[in-house]
Amino acid sequence: MHMADALVSPAVGGAFWAVAAGTIAYCSARVRKDLDDRKVPLMGVLGAFVFAVQMINFTIPATGSSGHLGGGLLLAILLGPSAAYLTIASVLMVQALFFADGGLLALGCNIFNLGVFPAFIAYPLIYKKLVGCEPRQTRMVTAAIIAAVVALQFGSLGVVLQTVASGVSALPFKAFLLLMQPIHLGIGVVEGVVTALVVSFIYQARPEILESVLKERPLGNMPTKSLLVAFLVATVLIGGVLSWFASENPDGLEWSIAKLTGSEELPETTAKRHTELANIQEKTAILPDYALPAVNDHDEGATRTATSKRVGTSLSGIVGGTITLVICTLIGVLLRKRTSAQQVK
Amino acid sequence: MLAIDGSFLDFKQLDLLALRQTPVHHLDPRAKVLTTFCFIVCVVSFDRYQISAMLPFLIYPAALMAVGDLPFGYILRKIIIVIPFALLVGLFNPIFDRQVLMQIGSLDIWGGWISCISILIRAILTASSAIILVAITGFPAIIEALEKLKMPKTFAIQLLFLYRYIFVLTDEGVRTARARQLRTFGNRGLGIRHFGSLVGHLLLRTWERAERIHMAMLARGFAGEVHSTRRQSHFGRAERLFMGGWITLFILLRLYNVPQLLGGLFTGTMP
Repeated sequence: MHMADALVSPAVGGAFWAVAAGTIAYCSARVRKDLDDRKVPLMGVLGAFVFAVQMINFTIPATGSSGHLGGGLLLAILLGPSAAYLTIASVLMVQALFFADGGLLALGCNIFNLGVFPAFIAYPLIYKKLVGCEPRQTRMVTAAIIAAVVALQFGSLGVVLQTVASGVSALPFKAFLLLMQPIHLGIGVVEGVVTALVVSFIYQARPEILESVLKERPLGNMPTKSLLVAFLVATVLIGGVLSWFASENPDGLEWSIAKLTGSEELPETTAKRHTELANIQEKTAILPDYALPAVNDHDEGATRTATSKRVGTSLSGIVGGTITLVICTLIGVLLRKRTSAQQVK
Repeated sequence: MLAIDGSFLDFKQLDLLALRQTPVHHLDPRAKVLTTFCFIVCVVSFDRYQISAMLPFLIYPAALMAVGDLPFGYILRKIIIVIPFALLVGLFNPIFDRQVLMQIGSLDIWGGWISCISILIRAILTASSAIILVAITGFPAIIEALEKLKMPKTFAIQLLFLYRYIFVLTDEGVRTARARQLRTFGNRGLGIRHFGSLVGHLLLRTWERAERIHMAMLARGFAGEVHSTRRQSHFGRAERLFMGGWITLFILLRLYNVPQLLGGLFTGTMP
């Protein structure tokens, strides 16, 4: 699933934009250093291939519904991590612009969820390790299924965390997680099976394509150390931005936390969740004096006054909103008339 | 089958819109990209129970659609396709968030419903601004703008290549799907097994195409750069005016809840 602009907050969107921009710059440098200009048209055309494949549906056995290939893992297997990451990012960018699928601010989140996991985790750490240097059919199939499942599980976890951290949706973390992970387990298995079928077809028809990627030194060998450093930097960056956001903007994270703990219906679970949250906060805290319970007490009162204020101002909001809509439409119509009048002249 | 062809034609049409000759089409792409980004950030930064203050932001897509001479129905159709994805998550809000925030007569309105509507408005505003950006700028020009704004060159080349071959390959994909559909009865033959070899063949053809393209590029002296011959533009007075004006407006609309003030004027309950 793609993250949408409508569900993301500026802090989360901005943080992942920074991460995506950094990783794209890193991968661009790697692909450039590689000096294999055969890859240039190949990446472009394979990106377009992903679009073409998504035009062809297949029926999923035992369900009767139809699905299509995502293609992230397939690209990683064909191109290697860095080139595949750039290709996936470019596909997502076209989707965001032409179909408004996801959106421009959420693009960073989507590149992270759908690009980093297949290209830098599922392919080098799972698929490659399982297949080894001499690919065999059965091994490739199992490796592709496991890799696709892992990539999609991480990806949907990313969507859940970003949505919950953004605080626009009211879905609680646990419920959303229970909703998303099983769905993506199914999607992952299907994606893995289809990827495996395509890859084994290619292996029978033109084995040299796959072998050249598998044996490739500069792209094939991911330096684990720099990967870890990159992840560490990303985590710190995201954690930093999020906690800054949490302390700066009382309407976002804190507000929802206050509401979680403030509700009277589930005192036990909320208390537990509260301590859980506090524990996590303690472990990951960047600002050490950030105290959750104190914020909570203060916020409950604030919430109540905010609520009554909101109810009071809602009438004028509705009236004013209608007037605004009418004005916006009128301006649009008038401008349109002027434009078409100019064109007739 | 019709649906496949339809979505593909849709894709082409958006590209054709970018060729129109209107004042906004002539602006430097950088101004349009940055303004759209500011617009999205302003919209998204609202509190999740905010509805009224977001409405004036409709002025941006409305004005651009009007000045850019874009077909309203087409843009609307494109937005309607996207909205269900955001709304799917938004519809859970009324289930989990039952705090009463508003009362109309004896009817209690839950916070969940308000935030659900808020998500709907966010989706409309952000999706329309992205589609309008492409329709008044064109994809290659957006990439050029991003490259001028320090996007890595390798990635820019990748995007331009992808863009060039999407039309060719989706055409091929549509033809393949149609050929398969004509040879099947009901759901027979549409399963995963045949899909594998079908897509495998498509992939092989794609791979060979890439090799041919590479050789053609070498023959024409490719040295790591793609030269575009699009409209030449520079960041001048019109661009500064466009960007400055809109961004000032966005900030003002973000700071002051205009519908609330207007409504207060009309109902006589000034906050």
